Amino acid sequence: MTIKPLKLSGLEPLIITPETNFVNVGERTNVTGSARFKRLILEEKYDEALEVALDQVRGGAQILDVNMDEGMLDGVSAMVKFLNLVASEPEIARIPIMIDSSKWEIIEAGLRCVQGKGVVNSISLKEGEEPFLHHARKIKQYGAAVVVMAFDESGQADTYERRISICKRSYDLLVQKVNFAPEDIIFDPNIFPVATGIDDHNNYAVDFFNATKWIKDNLPGAHVSGGVSNVSFSFRGNNVVREAMHSAFLYHGIKAGMDMGIVNAGMIEVYDEIPKDLLEHVEDVLLNRRPDATERLLTFAEQVKGSGKVKVEDNAWRENTVEERLKHALVKGIVDNIEEDTEEARQKYERPLHVIEGPLMDGMNVVGDLFGSGKMFLPQVVKSARVMKKSVAYLIPYLEEEKAQSGAASSKGKILLATVKGDVHDIGKNIVGVVLGCNNYDIVDLGVMVPAQKILDEAEAQKADIIGLSGLITPSLDEMVTVASEMERRGMKTPLLIGGATTSRVHTAVKIAPKYSGPAIHVLDASKSVSIASDLLGEKKNALVEQVAAEYQQLKENHENRQSEKASISLKAARENKVKIDWAVYDAPEPAKLGTQVFDNISLEELRNYIDWTPFFNTWMLKGKFPQIFENPTVGAEAKKLYDEANAMIDEVIQAGTLKAKAVTGLFIANSDGDDVNLFSENGELIKTFHFLRQQGQKGKNLPNMCLADFVAPESYGKDYFGGFAVSIFGAKEIAEKFEADHDDYSSIMIKAVADRFAEALAEMMHEKIRKETWGYAKAENLDNESLIKEKYKGIRPAPGYPACPDHTEKPALFELLKVEENIGTSLTESMAMYPAASVSGFYFGHPESKYFGLGKIQRDQVEEYAKRKGMEVKEIEQWLAPNLGY
Amino acid sequence: MNKLQEIAQQRVLVLDGAMGTMIQRYKLEEEDFRNEQLKDHPSDLKGNNDLLSITRPDVIKAIHAEYFKAGADIAETNTFSGTRIAQADYGLEHLVYDLNYQSARLARDVADEFTKSEPDKPRFVAGSIGPTNRTASLSPDVNDPGFRAVTFEELFEAYQEQVRGLLDGGADLLLVETVFDTLNAKAALMAIDEEAQKRGIVVPIMVSGTITDASGRTLSGQTTEAFLISVAHMPLLSVGLNCALGAKQLRPYLKTLSDNAPFQISAHPNAGLPNEFGEYDETPEDMASQIEEYLKDGLINIIGGCCGTTPDHIRAIADMAAKYEPRGLAVSE
Repeated sequence: MTIKPLKLSGLEPLIITPETNFVNVGERTNVTGSARFKRLILEEKYDEALEVALDQVRGGAQILDVNMDEGMLDGVSAMVKFLNLVASEPEIARIPIMIDSSKWEIIEAGLRCVQGKGVVNSISLKEGEEPFLHHARKIKQYGAAVVVMAFDESGQADTYERRISICKRSYDLLVQKVNFAPEDIIFDPNIFPVATGIDDHNNYAVDFFNATKWIKDNLPGAHVSGGVSNVSFSFRGNNVVREAMHSAFLYHGIKAGMDMGIVNAGMIEVYDEIPKDLLEHVEDVLLNRRPDATERLLTFAEQVKGSGKVKVEDNAWRENTVEERLKHALVKGIVDNIEEDTEEARQKYERPLHVIEGPLMDGMNVVGDLFGSGKMFLPQVVKSARVMKKSVAYLIPYLEEEKAQSGAASSKGKILLATVKGDVHDIGKNIVGVVLGCNNYDIVDLGVMVPAQKILDEAEAQKADIIGLSGLITPSLDEMVTVASEMERRGMKTPLLIGGATTSRVHTAVKIAPKYSGPAIHVLDASKSVSIASDLLGEKKNALVEQVAAEYQQLKENHENRQSEKASISLKAARENKVKIDWAVYDAPEPAKLGTQVFDNISLEELRNYIDWTPFFNTWMLKGKFPQIFENPTVGAEAKKLYDEANAMIDEVIQAGTLKAKAVTGLFIANSDGDDVNLFSENGELIKTFHFLRQQGQKGKNLPNMCLADFVAPESYGKDYFGGFAVSIFGAKEIAEKFEADHDDYSSIMIKAVADRFAEALAEMMHEKIRKETWGYAKAENLDNESLIKEKYKGIRPAPGYPACPDHTEKPALFELLKVEENIGTSLTESMAMYPAASVSGFYFGHPESKYFGLGKIQRDQVEEYAKRKGMEVKEIEQWLAPNLGY
Repeated sequence: MNKLQEIAQQRVLVLDGAMGTMIQRYKLEEEDFRNEQLKDHPSDLKGNNDLLSITRPDVIKAIHAEYFKAGADIAETNTFSGTRIAQADYGLEHLVYDLNYQSARLARDVADEFTKSEPDKPRFVAGSIGPTNRTASLSPDVNDPGFRAVTFEELFEAYQEQVRGLLDGGADLLLVETVFDTLNAKAALMAIDEEAQKRGIVVPIMVSGTITDASGRTLSGQTTEAFLISVAHMPLLSVGLNCALGAKQLRPYLKTLSDNAPFQISAHPNAGLPNEFGEYDETPEDMASQIEEYLKDGLINIIGGCCGTTPDHIRAIADMAAKYEPRGLAVSE
């Protein structure tokens, strides 16, 4: 018969093999053995009682013995409560539990609380075979190992012979009648006190060692344990002697085959470090080596009184700054010092709220990162959340006091929070609730698993200003969409905030926002919730809603483009799915003036009004939209400074006349021919052909495979028009070189950035001129600069090399057509770059349905045909279009 | 050794794929979840998929048939939420026995039809026993870690009711699956054991845990090996893992089980990890090629699919599984 190891588990496995030296079972969480633990339990100080358990684990306990056998106590409920609390402390719950009781109902209650494989301590034949077998069967069903006491109907075994005969009988019953796994049987052959002064007791330890050896030799697979502290009972109050006795007892017990023992983990002296003379006296007693051993040890003990080992804790982290301490406490889930640390932070920070938004949120972000990367697991995160709550709870009176003093007693608004139907996770939602509550919002928390109907009924009944949904599991994503659709159906306009681990900006943008005409905004974490809530309920509401809507629209488009890249269709099929414009009903507006027009002395003073400043800040790596960026707490001041300096520079160059703005535009009679656009002179002569590319991604229902040529009427429908332009800002390079010579790199970058903005502004200004005057199809257009930036006008001006027409090699034809170099002096380099760098060139499409799009990936069939149309080598085209090749 | 155990040693058994994903294809509405008896039921019933075994048995039977046709040996009954604890959300505690009975019955009928026409490939019915929506080891209340929304006794009783329905309805074996809290699973195992003893029968049991996050642990915090140790007290047909991860991510944990478990090993992974939209988009071919890695290394005896898998996935997996030998049972200690 092969002997299997004893396998136990808490959150982690404990596998006891013959090679395992010895397993410490922590004994301090025992009301019969520890006066302190008993007091804590009786006084219901469970927090401190848990500390006792934690000390045992940190002291090296590998199994935790828990005993609640006390007359004054409801043992069942104390056991359940304590074990449930232990389960919430991952550092303790890591190890298996030994449920220690002489009462079966307490044992069974304990077994119903442990998810791991623990140990029952104990059963015995004390009441006869029937209850013994019944309990053993139950223990097997619950999935635990068992300690069997050497005890039978006639009492506790106190001799070697009784010990082995009871153990043998128990073993046979368990293995043969219950089919109990032998390796799950642990015998406790009774450790009794020695040196009691009663001669009958002198051989107790020796009998234990011998019985242990016999069990290991004769009962295959079985293990041996015992309550070690009992042996030194006579020396209560003398820890030096007691620890030496325990250590020496274990030394000999382990040699005999003892596998585990119930000990005060962390308080055992190392055998080799017991002073020689003390060891000799102790072993004389344990091994019953001489008749006067007891007296000799008693005498010797008087000389070595002391306190024994003193617990040393690793408290180095307490030396750090208060921020670091708070972070440590959050990550480790330590509540011990949280109030004093919170108080210290409160005094250090200007306002109590800053403690939450600063160090506490920072700490929780670390927790979030660790969880995300698998370095923490859920029960640990729950502990962190608890520490967070405790700290916040400490701050609440101060927050309220501050509120009272400032007189701002009224709430900033009512926010309703709920975890959606089907989901029970609420840690994140709770933190959001606390953070918002601290910021003076009224929180209505509907809890978890809340159906859409209830959320919205409550929101309406309570007149919530904002609804916040939370969820952790993936089906919650769909449920959030349901809530959004339901809000739309009810005609609600309440802002909807989306949060939780599986939610994302892109999901909100693509799936939730389109279902709801009110604002639907994804909130990354609790720290972001406050600023979003305050914006939504304040003056910045429209700005925020618009900004988010724009961002989400972009995300949605990007997503759709990516989706379309996944599957491709043939060029033929793509052409069949072109943009369907009903040309028969389209009356192409005739331009007021055909041909090219040159503008070589444009007023910069006028042009500066067309500048879109947002990309300017991007150049300087400052993220944010103009002008809202100035209010951003981190980059606002910096952005404002840059903006002022740029304007000062603009003033200067306008004054000095060192920058020149020039443009050439042209409008021509044109018709599409497949994916090409042909330009004709007024007498019908073909003067130029531009070649465009068509999207080849698999599109969703009602979405066309677009090509720019789709926006120009084919010849069969009569005359249509098409245009081109090139604009440049001259002089920036010369100014920049002067700055560089002065080692003023900052101003050098600034002038280039300013020139780029001017070039873009010039393209915008020219386009407006085309729409309102030269082509004149939008004479009544009256848009401010912001609307221009948002492209609210009709018609587009895509540039070669950009997403809709990524082929740079169309530029030479455009330059030829408009005689760009001749007219304004802008030239093309070999790599199709324009010189000066501050230049923009492109095409004009006027049809109201024309719009920007991304070409996405194209296939070989199109590339080959395109090369033929352009009269270029396929290879050359492939080089230019490399990022767009889908093969 | 019972028949299943025997077959599992001869070839890799194939479990079916997702029920929910297939039900979604039918675009069912509230009225599909109601019948005459439930027409005035006060709460919404849409989404309570288990109920379809009673209100739309045609749909459930068709799904079982599709999976059997794709090559599945074992169908899971449509009873993932078939306990009074989970059904309490819909106020349908009183239907729990019927729901399990009918679900097992449906699967039994379809399985028998297939077995009749293909006697060489007998089909089996596994009664699916989900985790319920409550955890016995974790408090749902951060402020009160000692609180429990459900007790072992409540779980035990709820599972016993489910087990009775499944066995009466004709389940060949029981599958305690998507175990996110091992204490819940232990209550289910105890309920099965009690019921089997009462009936004097041996019920083959599969247990399948769920590794929920990047730490490689169950939701209740156990490592894979600790999980195995905690359920190994029952003479299981198999132990395995399902849900939460795709085949690729599941592999290291499956290896841990395979190295240590004295039982057959099962896996029914998701079709990859969910994308940003909570959708599973791994193709049948991709999934089958990842599963081939399990098969090459002899990690597996029973293989199937969880969230996002379809009959196409199961077909690809079954074709792959047919080419390889199952894992041997011997485990070195």
